[in-house]
Amino acid sequence: MTTTITVPLYRLAHSRTGDKGNRSNISVIAWHPALWDVLVDQVTEAAVAQQFAQRRPRQVTRYLLPQLQAMNIVLDEVLDGGVNDSLNLDSHGKALSYLLLDLPITVPAHLAPYFGGPSV
Amino acid sequence: MPNDQKTNLLVGCAAGFSGDRTDAALPVVQALIASGQPAVLIFETLAERTLALAQLARRTDPDAGYEPLLVDLLRPVLAQCLAHGVRIVSNFGAANPHGAARRIHALAAKLGLARLRIAVLQGDDLSGPEHRALLQGALGAAMPTEPIVSANAYIGAQAIADALRAGADIVVCGRVADPSLVLGPALAHYGWALDDWDRLARATMAGHLLECGAQVTGGYFADPGYKDVAGLAQLGYPIAEIDADGHCTITKPPGTGGSITERTVKEQLLYELHEPAAYLTPDVVADITTARVTTVGSDAVRLEGVQGHARPATLKVNVCFESGWFAEGEISYAGPRAEARARLAGEVLRERLQGLGPLRIDLIGVTSIFGDDTSRWLNDPAAGDAHNDTRDVRLRVALQHRDHASAQRLVREVTALYTCGPAGGGGVRTAMRPRLGTVSCLVPREAVAVRFEMVD
Repeated sequence: MTTTITVPLYRLAHSRTGDKGNRSNISVIAWHPALWDVLVDQVTEAAVAQQFAQRRPRQVTRYLLPQLQAMNIVLDEVLDGGVNDSLNLDSHGKALSYLLLDLPITVPAHLAPYFGGPSV
Repeated sequence: MPNDQKTNLLVGCAAGFSGDRTDAALPVVQALIASGQPAVLIFETLAERTLALAQLARRTDPDAGYEPLLVDLLRPVLAQCLAHGVRIVSNFGAANPHGAARRIHALAAKLGLARLRIAVLQGDDLSGPEHRALLQGALGAAMPTEPIVSANAYIGAQAIADALRAGADIVVCGRVADPSLVLGPALAHYGWALDDWDRLARATMAGHLLECGAQVTGGYFADPGYKDVAGLAQLGYPIAEIDADGHCTITKPPGTGGSITERTVKEQLLYELHEPAAYLTPDVVADITTARVTTVGSDAVRLEGVQGHARPATLKVNVCFESGWFAEGEISYAGPRAEARARLAGEVLRERLQGLGPLRIDLIGVTSIFGDDTSRWLNDPAAGDAHNDTRDVRLRVALQHRDHASAQRLVREVTALYTCGPAGGGGVRTAMRPRLGTVSCLVPREAVAVRFEMVD
């Protein structure tokens, strides 16, 4: 049996948020190619929708870019109207990548050497 | 710029938005000159709402409405660019490209420079009454009933290329698509056919990597311990070397801070992108599903494998309209039970401002950014309980209202918390500003008459 550990997504991937109108797009990029399959399995549209439940996205769409070990996640209507309409301090939603990066991911322990960040 | 197609074109970018650093351009220009290659400098200074703000500025002053930092951006580099044939392409014309051109001529005269040839791009501005029927047709029921402040079509690279071929030293644009600032010079340099979709798409994605300035060289990237970036205070801005097939290598000026890695490039490649197979611009539909990003040197990363498809038949138009007033107020509570006192202050405001309209309440330090405008997260007892030991809380309240006096009530109520609110409240700050709404639509490209005018 494979030993697994559960860690926040930020140990497996880095991320950047962009915005257009009331739509946010969040990239998720594997720290290492060895982590890609785990991301594909677990950073699903359903998991992202759940993580953003408080923002009530109308739709979550995931696009995979395996040759870059990256995915692009597009969330519709999560910006309270967008930069011109939202009352949020962060009207662009610039911080939202870090909401996603808190998503818990269960990983085979042998992949830990490929994690990003300080080694523990 | 010699039109030598055997020599790669360098495009440097020294601004990614209005308000970007004004000391970024000089190292970029020095690197462009040192290369000895044909080179262009771009400044990208328009975001989604910048144009509407520029239109408002022009209303109060007919000479205003272009990039407010125009002179600060150009003064440090204009003489060197002119002396070494580094041409400048920018959307800093915003709502008043002719005003910008006049200001640049005045700056050149003051610096004792030879008379510049400035090309002004026109056609993007659809805010005049003669375009109202076009917008009405495109927007239908979404057509704003409030007064329209700005309406601009995203125009493409062709007129930029034409202006450069006609000998412009500087091309001043309003609302062109950001990557077109790079594709235009590439078209002028290589003479690609306008349906050479793969090459157009590759240079477009080079433009996409450059258009946010330092975001590809380590800005909007650093995260200590995870993504360390040296020299963040002295970030170098990017330079793309574009080859005859449109592939590019991203570098930055020697001696500057920041870093260019596959990670910074991948993050920026996906930035503000939706469907990776169909990145829409006025010039081409770019497809990055087959793109490859590879390190080719220190702070040198190559992008290859982008494909292109035929450009859209329509152009995107952003319409901004007056949408009343935005009012905001803040007050701080600190020490024991700070969160409870801040929550009480929020309840007082809700009661006093009942019926005025949706009120957004944040407790900065408890929950503010990740929630939505209805404060669901704030009102979720579980979310609150997790943080009830917070000892330094700033209450923030925001509201928008069509009517100035009604919006101002929020400002007055927050201020009154000094004496009427919970214990120990201090540091009130308030703000009122006009609000702009935005709607987008698509219009047939034939409906937008793009041209350039040489202003000598």
